[in-house]
Amino acid sequence: MPPEGKLDTALNCPVPIAAGESILLGHGSGGRMSGDLLRNIVLPALQNPALDQLNDQAIVDVGGSRIAFTTDSFVVKPLFFPGGDIGTLAVNGTVNDLAMGGATPLFLSLALILEEGLPLDILRRVMESIRVAAALAGVAVVTGDTKVVEKGSGDGLFVNTSGIGLVSSGIRLSADQARPADCVLLSGNIGDHGITILSQREGLEFESAVASDTSALHTLVASMLRASLDIRCLRDPTRGGLSSSLNEIASRSHVGIELEENSIPIREEVQGACEMLGLDPLYVANEGKLVAIVEPNAAERILEAMHQHPLGLNARMIGTVTRSHPTMVSLRTRLGTSRIVDLLAGDQLPRIC
Amino acid sequence: MKYLDEYRDEKIARGIVAELSRRATQPWVLMEICGGQTHTLMRYGIDDLLPAGIELVHGPGCPVCVTSLETIDKAIAIASHPEATLISYGDMLRVPGSRTDLFHVKAQGGDVRVVYSPTEAVKFAHANPGRKVVFFAVGFETTAPANAMAVWQAKREGLKNFSILASHVLVPPAIRVLLSSPRNRVQGFIGPGHVCTVMGYREYEDLVREFRLPIVVGGFEPLDLLQAILMLVTQLEEGRAEVENQYVRSVTYEGNLRAQKVLAEVFEICDRKWRGIGGIPESGLALREAYAEFDADRIFGTEGVTAEEPAECISAEVLQGLKKPTDCSAFGTRCTPENPIGAPMVSSEGACAAYYQYRRHAIAAKANH
Repeated sequence: MPPEGKLDTALNCPVPIAAGESILLGHGSGGRMSGDLLRNIVLPALQNPALDQLNDQAIVDVGGSRIAFTTDSFVVKPLFFPGGDIGTLAVNGTVNDLAMGGATPLFLSLALILEEGLPLDILRRVMESIRVAAALAGVAVVTGDTKVVEKGSGDGLFVNTSGIGLVSSGIRLSADQARPADCVLLSGNIGDHGITILSQREGLEFESAVASDTSALHTLVASMLRASLDIRCLRDPTRGGLSSSLNEIASRSHVGIELEENSIPIREEVQGACEMLGLDPLYVANEGKLVAIVEPNAAERILEAMHQHPLGLNARMIGTVTRSHPTMVSLRTRLGTSRIVDLLAGDQLPRIC
Repeated sequence: MKYLDEYRDEKIARGIVAELSRRATQPWVLMEICGGQTHTLMRYGIDDLLPAGIELVHGPGCPVCVTSLETIDKAIAIASHPEATLISYGDMLRVPGSRTDLFHVKAQGGDVRVVYSPTEAVKFAHANPGRKVVFFAVGFETTAPANAMAVWQAKREGLKNFSILASHVLVPPAIRVLLSSPRNRVQGFIGPGHVCTVMGYREYEDLVREFRLPIVVGGFEPLDLLQAILMLVTQLEEGRAEVENQYVRSVTYEGNLRAQKVLAEVFEICDRKWRGIGGIPESGLALREAYAEFDADRIFGTEGVTAEEPAECISAEVLQGLKKPTDCSAFGTRCTPENPIGAPMVSSEGACAAYYQYRRHAIAAKANH
C-alpha cells in the first residue's frame, strides 16, 4: 500500500476496469474470474474443513459412514440439444460430481425454477429425461422443490440437483494429492458437449454431426477403482474444459503437469469447429469425460480397466505430473515445442478472423 | 485431421529449420503482420525452433488491438442506448474503452450480442423491427467484404433498422508507416495471408520497390510460417527484394475480385486513427455517401466522440515491433487478460496476450537463469 496521502502511480492503472463491480458472464466460465469470485466473496463467509478441500463434492463423516455430498445448477441454453437436454445434464452432472470423489451415488434432490409461460410440454419432456437418466444411473430422486418466477425473471427453466453417495474406506481422491511422476489419464474425446451447445446457439448455428457426451461416469470410476486404489484424483472436465481441471489440480497439489498434444483425443468434427471458430478444444466443456491422476505403477492396469468400459474405450494417457514449473500446465506441441496451457480469465471468445 | 495435420508436421518443421540454419549467415529481423500469425507462432512455440539470430517482431495486424479507443467508446455509447442492439464479434467485448467495456455495458442491461457473421446481424434486424441494430464492423480487408455485403443486402432489402459502426483498417498504409519510421528495424515482412486472399498482392509490389525489402505472403499454420520465414531469409541472403507468395492454396495475385467489387461499392478509403499508432492517412474504410443511412455514427450522433490513450501502455511500440510485450513494466502484473491496460492484452491475437497465454513459463525460466 502506498503511504497515506501519496498517489501510487505504479498501481494507478490507466484503464481501471476492475472485474469486481458487478457480475459478468465471465464469472460463470470456470476460469480465473470464477475462481476469484469464490475466493474473494463466497468462501470467506463459509470456511470449514470439508468445504476447504474444494473438490467437486464434500466428503463428510456421518455416524462412521463417509458421505459424499454435492450440488450443481443447470442453466443451459438451448434446453434440448443433440445427445441430451437440461434434464439428462442435471442428473449426470451431479452423479459425476459424486463419482469424482469415488462415491457410489445414491439419492438426488431436484429443484425446478420455472419461468411464467414455459410450455408444460417442455417440462414433461425434461421430466421424462430426468426419469430415464436417474434410472440408468441407478439413483433415486427422493426430494424436490418447484418455484415459478415472473416472465423475464428466468430463462424458461433452471434446474438444481443435489446428491449424496457413499464412499468406501480406502478411497481417498483429492485434487491436492498429485505427485511428480504420476500419470494423467483421460477417458475419451474432448470438446463434444461444448461444441454441440455452441452449434445450437442463436446467431452461431452451424451444422455439425457432434452430439453431447453427457453420461454418468460412476460405473467407469468403479471399474477403475476395482483395478487399483492407486488413484490420486479424479475430475470431470466440464465448463472451462480439460485445461481448467488440470490447472486446478496443478495448483492445489503444487506440481507441474505436462501434456502431450498428440495424445489428446479429439473428434475431427470438434477439431474442425474449433479451428473454424478460433477456439482451443482444451477449454471446451465435456459432460461425460473424466481425467485421472494415478500412480505410475498402476497406470497401465487402470487404463486397461477403462478400455473395458463403454465410456472409456478411447481412454489415453495424455501426460505426466512433474516437479518443474509447479502450478502450471504445459503442453508439448506437435512440433516438439512447449507452451503453457493457461487458465483463461473468462469465457473463450471467438476470434474475429 | 486432413488439411491441418499436414501443416503441423514435426519432421517437416525440423527440416525447414535445419535449412534455415544453413542459409542464414547473419541475423535478420522479420515481422509477421497478422495477429493470427502471432497467435500461431506463440501457440506452437515457433520462436523456440528458430536459429539464433532470426528475430520475429509482431506487427499491428490484430483488429481488436488497433481499433481506436474512441471507436470503442462510440460502441459503448451506442450499446448503452435503450433502443439499440449492438452486435459484435466476441473478442471486441472485453476491449477496454476510456471508462468501461462492452461486457460491463451488457451486465448493466445493454443489449450486446455476439455473432460470427454480419449477415446474422441483418437477420436479427429483420426479426426485431423494434430494435435499432448496429453491427460493430471492425477488422482489416479480411472482414470488410462480409460487412460490405451485409450493408449492401440491407439496402437492397430496404431494411431501416440496421446500421454499422465501421472501423475498418488497411494493411499496406500501416506497413508504409512502420517502414518510414527512423526507428524501423524490420528487414522483411510475412505478409497477411487472409488479407491477400481478398485483395491479392499487387499492392505489396509498390512497397517492395519503394523500400527495397522482401515480403512473403504467408499462411497461418506452423509450416506456413516456417516456410515463409525460410523464403524471406533466402531472399535476404541473396540480396533480393520481391513479393513472393507462400500461401498459394489461398492467395492469388489478383485476389477475390468479387469481394473487392462489393468493397468498392459500399466503402471508400478514409483517414483512420489506429490504437497505439495514431492517425494514418488513407488507412481505413468508411461507408460511401450512398450508404450514409447505414452509418451508426450518424444515426446515434457519436461522430464527435474523442478519447486519449493511456500513457503507461507501450502498445504503440509493441505494435510497431520496437518492443516486446515483456519489455513493458506492466506486463503480467498490472496488465493481464483479466484486467488489460492496453488492447494487445485483450484478444488472443494480441501480441501481449499471446505472450502471456503461451510463453510465460519460458520467460520465467529465462529470468531465473
